Amino acid sequence: MATARPDPRAPVPDGRRPGVPSGMSGSPACLLLAACLLFCPLPAAAETDDQGFRTLVGEFAGANFREKEALVERLAATGHPGVPAVLTALLEDRLFERERDGRVFVVEENDERLAAFQLLDSASLADVEAVDPELLRRIITNNRLRRFLRTTMARFGLSGPDAAARLDAVRELLRSLDAPTLDLLRRRALRETDPDVAFEIETALALEALDHGYPGVRLAAVETLSGRLNPVVRNRLATLLETNEDGGPLEADAAVRAAAVDALWQIDSMRNVYSVIETVAFGLSLGSVLVLVAIGLAITFGVMGVINMAHGELMMLGAYTTYVVQLSMPDLIGISLLVAVPAAFLVAGAAGVLIERTVIRFLYGRPLETLLATFGVSLVLQQLVRSVFSANNRAVVTPAWMSGTLQFNEAFSLTYNRLYIVLFAIIVFGIVLAVLKYTRLGLDIRAVSQNRAMARAMGVRSEWVDAMTFGLGAGIAGVAGVALTQLTNVGPNLGQSYIVDSFMVVVFGGVGNLWGTLIGGMSLGILNKLLEPFAGAVLGKILVLIALILFIQRRPRGLFPQTGRAAEGA
Amino acid sequence: MKLIHAFLVILAVAVAGCGGSGDAPDATAAGPTGDPIKVGVLHSLSGTMAISETTLKDTILMMVDEQNARGGLLGRPVEAVVVDPASDWPLFAERARELLESEQVDVVFGCWTSVSRKSVLPVFEENNGLLFYPVQYEGEESSKNVIYTGAAPNQQAIPAIDYLMNEVGIERWVLEGTDYVYPRTTNRILEAYLKQQGVADEDISINYTPFGHSDWQTRVSAIRRFGSAGKPTAVVSTVNGDANVPFYLELANQEVSADEIPVVAFSVGEEELSGLDTTPLVGHLAAWNYFQSVDSPVNSEFITKWKAFVGDAERTTNDPMEAHYIGFNLWAKAVEKAGTTDVDAVLAALPGTTTPNLTGGIAEVLPNHHITKPVYIGEVQSNGQFDVVWQTDDTVPGDAWSDFLPGSEDTEADWVTLNCGNYNTDTQVCSGQNYE
Amino acid sequence: MAIAPRLPAVIADRASLVFLASLAALALAAPILNLAVPESSPLHLSSYAVGLIGKYLCYAMLAVAVDFIWGFCGILSLGHAAFFALGGYAMGMYLMRQIGPRGVYGHPILPDFMVFLNWTELPWFWYGFDQFWFALVMVALVPGALAFVFGWLAFRSRVTGVYLSIITQALTYALMLAFFRNDMGFGGNNGFTDFKDLLGFDLQSDATRSSLLVATAVALGASYWTCRAVLASRAGRVLRAIRDAESRTRFLGYRVDAYKLWVFVLSAVLAGVAGALYVPQVGIINPGEFEPINSIEVVIWVAVGGRGTLYGAAAGAVLVNYAKTYFTGALPELWLYALGAMFVGFTILLPHGLAGVLPRRSGGR
Repeated sequence: MATARPDPRAPVPDGRRPGVPSGMSGSPACLLLAACLLFCPLPAAAETDDQGFRTLVGEFAGANFREKEALVERLAATGHPGVPAVLTALLEDRLFERERDGRVFVVEENDERLAAFQLLDSASLADVEAVDPELLRRIITNNRLRRFLRTTMARFGLSGPDAAARLDAVRELLRSLDAPTLDLLRRRALRETDPDVAFEIETALALEALDHGYPGVRLAAVETLSGRLNPVVRNRLATLLETNEDGGPLEADAAVRAAAVDALWQIDSMRNVYSVIETVAFGLSLGSVLVLVAIGLAITFGVMGVINMAHGELMMLGAYTTYVVQLSMPDLIGISLLVAVPAAFLVAGAAGVLIERTVIRFLYGRPLETLLATFGVSLVLQQLVRSVFSANNRAVVTPAWMSGTLQFNEAFSLTYNRLYIVLFAIIVFGIVLAVLKYTRLGLDIRAVSQNRAMARAMGVRSEWVDAMTFGLGAGIAGVAGVALTQLTNVGPNLGQSYIVDSFMVVVFGGVGNLWGTLIGGMSLGILNKLLEPFAGAVLGKILVLIALILFIQRRPRGLFPQTGRAAEGA
Repeated sequence: MKLIHAFLVILAVAVAGCGGSGDAPDATAAGPTGDPIKVGVLHSLSGTMAISETTLKDTILMMVDEQNARGGLLGRPVEAVVVDPASDWPLFAERARELLESEQVDVVFGCWTSVSRKSVLPVFEENNGLLFYPVQYEGEESSKNVIYTGAAPNQQAIPAIDYLMNEVGIERWVLEGTDYVYPRTTNRILEAYLKQQGVADEDISINYTPFGHSDWQTRVSAIRRFGSAGKPTAVVSTVNGDANVPFYLELANQEVSADEIPVVAFSVGEEELSGLDTTPLVGHLAAWNYFQSVDSPVNSEFITKWKAFVGDAERTTNDPMEAHYIGFNLWAKAVEKAGTTDVDAVLAALPGTTTPNLTGGIAEVLPNHHITKPVYIGEVQSNGQFDVVWQTDDTVPGDAWSDFLPGSEDTEADWVTLNCGNYNTDTQVCSGQNYE
Repeated sequence: MAIAPRLPAVIADRASLVFLASLAALALAAPILNLAVPESSPLHLSSYAVGLIGKYLCYAMLAVAVDFIWGFCGILSLGHAAFFALGGYAMGMYLMRQIGPRGVYGHPILPDFMVFLNWTELPWFWYGFDQFWFALVMVALVPGALAFVFGWLAFRSRVTGVYLSIITQALTYALMLAFFRNDMGFGGNNGFTDFKDLLGFDLQSDATRSSLLVATAVALGASYWTCRAVLASRAGRVLRAIRDAESRTRFLGYRVDAYKLWVFVLSAVLAGVAGALYVPQVGIINPGEFEPINSIEVVIWVAVGGRGTLYGAAAGAVLVNYAKTYFTGALPELWLYALGAMFVGFTILLPHGLAGVLPRRSGGR
């Protein structure tokens, strides 16, 4: 038990193995591997010599997916120290066949931009040569094989030094528990120090105990599992209450069944609570997107009284700016978004000032005409982008720090990118509020919007303020565009899909009131998400629109109406 | 007044400046002589569908160029007449009428969406025109005047289900679609098929979202929950166009990986993926009759020519392009067989006509005006291409009327012997186009 | 209303006479050139052109409806295409019922798309549409009723200006989403198509097409006359007063809400009739007609032609659409630039549209 037996057929000197020894395939092999991994340091297990290992890896060339799966199993069984590296390479699309001799190598980095791929020996990971990618053929995998690889790799990960990796490994193993895996987990449980990992292992062992012959053990297992949110647990507990072919219960013992009912009830009610929280979180996230796309409009429309139909296209400019920024700094994707924010602000802001100077300044006091003119501008901008970037959507990469989820438990997690966008919306909102409230520009803007003539009399350069205000609104739209690249298509139609929504938010919140925009956007987002599970996405949206129309009838000036003389305009 | 003048001058300059480039496609018609044979191209060059359809217009222009380089057709030059229906469905009918009545074209290659096809159908039937339709569609149609070079549901959807069920071992299904006729029909066919295969009701979830749906949080979360019931689950996606990018982004964000819950899509190809960072999507699937990555000599030649034609090495090829490639060659062969471009003669010559497809097989026009196609299942790679993980042994004949829909199981289309697009084998009655 | 005696005054101005006369000439000439002149003659008008002219006239009628409320009562509706589409849908439902067993599935009653969706019986709201008179009533009633409810709510609570424009846009947007739903029973994205005949006349025949064109011209003329008649009446002066100073008019004791409501409803009905005439001529109706951008385009037709003239609106509709047909055919990439430039140029440089240029040259109105 303590050491792995050498493969009786290996090594075969000329590299062609006749077949798989039957005893080495299937779970016994895993058991063997498991035992090895647990009780012997890896290098010592290198009973299969390098040449045999290389030969085995070489068989990946030309194998179909099922053969590859068997091959992975055989490889793992060798206990060769190169196994994790090769399997990881296979999983990460870094295993290649050299076309000239059919030999299989690990590639250091699979990146299309590289002129040559560095080949590494599969057994020693030593450099072999750098080769033109055209002369290599990748060993392809499919979902099933990748799944299998992950499970296999998880067994390796179980004894690793990193607790987070062990946790992932146990969670991976939980999905496909079999006798050798359980054996492995049981042994690990004895030595496991990390409480989270120990907790998950306990789950696994309790799941196994549900099959125990003695009802008392099963009862204890049900109690252990009670309140655990892993879907595997819920599914397994639910099977206890199913009936077999004869109509009798699958679980013979009534006490266990009763405990299972309780446990299920507890799990379900917790899951329901979390799903409500999740819905609200979704709503906040949608709401923050709405707020982001509406803030710029709240400035141009709310403060200046200009109906800027090109608002969406200014967001589009921001999104394309992000794309261009990423193109220009391909090696710094991580910070590209941070660079894109000011860049998008400047590009869209400049476009805004240009629009104000060439079009809008002729139309002050005629809000409906600004609507038509800016609509024209929006068409031109759309077509411009089509001419420059083509009609195709552009790919904006999500930086690593924005991907992934923040896992609270098995039933509730938040995605980082949504979290960042909520945060971003709040920051942008705060900055705009501060600019309007505490800066000279803000003071001028408020003065001009409240009483243009008086402001001019006091020496405010109202034309300059108009241009800056519109530029600010446009710049904020551009910044919103940066956030949208992480959520939707970057294409010429990006703006159009948000324009109706953003107007709704501003009108709902009350024109000329930034807080109204914030609260309006958030509540529309949450309302939308609350309705969606019941009414479906379309009907939900229709209901929100109808509610909004009715709301405007009740309160024609929105949630937070502007008071005073300025409100009587338009 | 001065301003008006300036405005008009700018417009005039803009018009003049673009006028020159507009004439460019005619430049190659130097070889063959005589009255040109006119090929209508009815694809949206502006509006929402321009993303997909512009490529198809270019494909036909390339095919026309090549045909002329080969000496034209029947010794006459071939000339493309391009119009822009601007993604506007009534405009499709209007443009089709223009092509057929004013331009008197001999054949039209065009349409993408089902509704655009439905919109032009009466025009083609009235004027006895000939349309090659290159996109996978919901079936349930066979017109005398249309050759369907895209896949019918049995050439795409059903093989994909077979693959997932038998090779991947999927037991639970989410049928996620955009709310329009193609997903609705495909999902009905798939639902009937799955039930026939013994899948229980509670293991099938069907949902529709609107066009351009952009907030997928709730749906993806629901899919995750549906998929956590302990059985291997897959999503069959007929989500259309612009809604795909946010859908896949949300899948990636919520960490729904392909080895947990694979998504197989019927309308996501190389072109759509080029607008997407595909790293998180690796392993999700698509079912098509062609992939750019299919390794065959004709395909590499086609890709090289295409990249040279559009002058962009980054441009991809995709399934509907192959359909146009096949369609154009089929039409050219039928014209040569008939010795004329007369629509009735060409239509009579088309069934039975064969041409090599790009994947090394043979496409044949069937009496029901559909063609034979191989089916490929591909997995998304990090470079935006697909790895073919499965393919049918042979080509699959397109079935106009699904065997899995109650209304159409005993309907047959046969324009050779029955001369009817929907013939009820039960009542032996022909309805639809030839109804009198 | 006591308008009849004032009839001569209604159309006494020269522009109106020119407009109605050219409309009459068109209605006479087009059918003759299409039907009586042989195809070989250079004077022959193709059926394609007849269809186009018919379509333009429908748009012109819609533009007149929009100009009526925008130009004379200051109500800028960014959702008028919704009424147009609703009228179109009502007509489309009649045309669908007329197909009868000639559909793809040969079902005697159900339209194809319902068979397609596995429906077994006709939804209640489809009852009656096999009768032409019923469809005609609905063409006016549905848009009218919606306009009434919407207008009643909006004008009563004094939603004006920009707010009104934006909620009309929300209205058409909501309707678009609703009609896109297949579960609604209106054919979803595909809408209605493949119509066969109208009142027993084959829609594909040239004679029917010409008759539809004449019918549209008559309807356009009639709606023009109706609008003029209203404007020439005392109510018309109140409307203009509302446009110029709403609060003041209210303080003078006029029931502003009621005036606005009724012209809004009238305008919606006109739009609905235009939609009903549009559908048999283009052969398809689908939710795309509800798109907010369509309604905005209508406003630009009016702005190009000249707001507050009615004939200018009609001319603007024809002109812009002709430009669209031409540009999307000849220079597809340029169309959006041209349209965009038109929007900007006309609002800034020609706020009174083309009609604002013409009369000044000919010596004012």
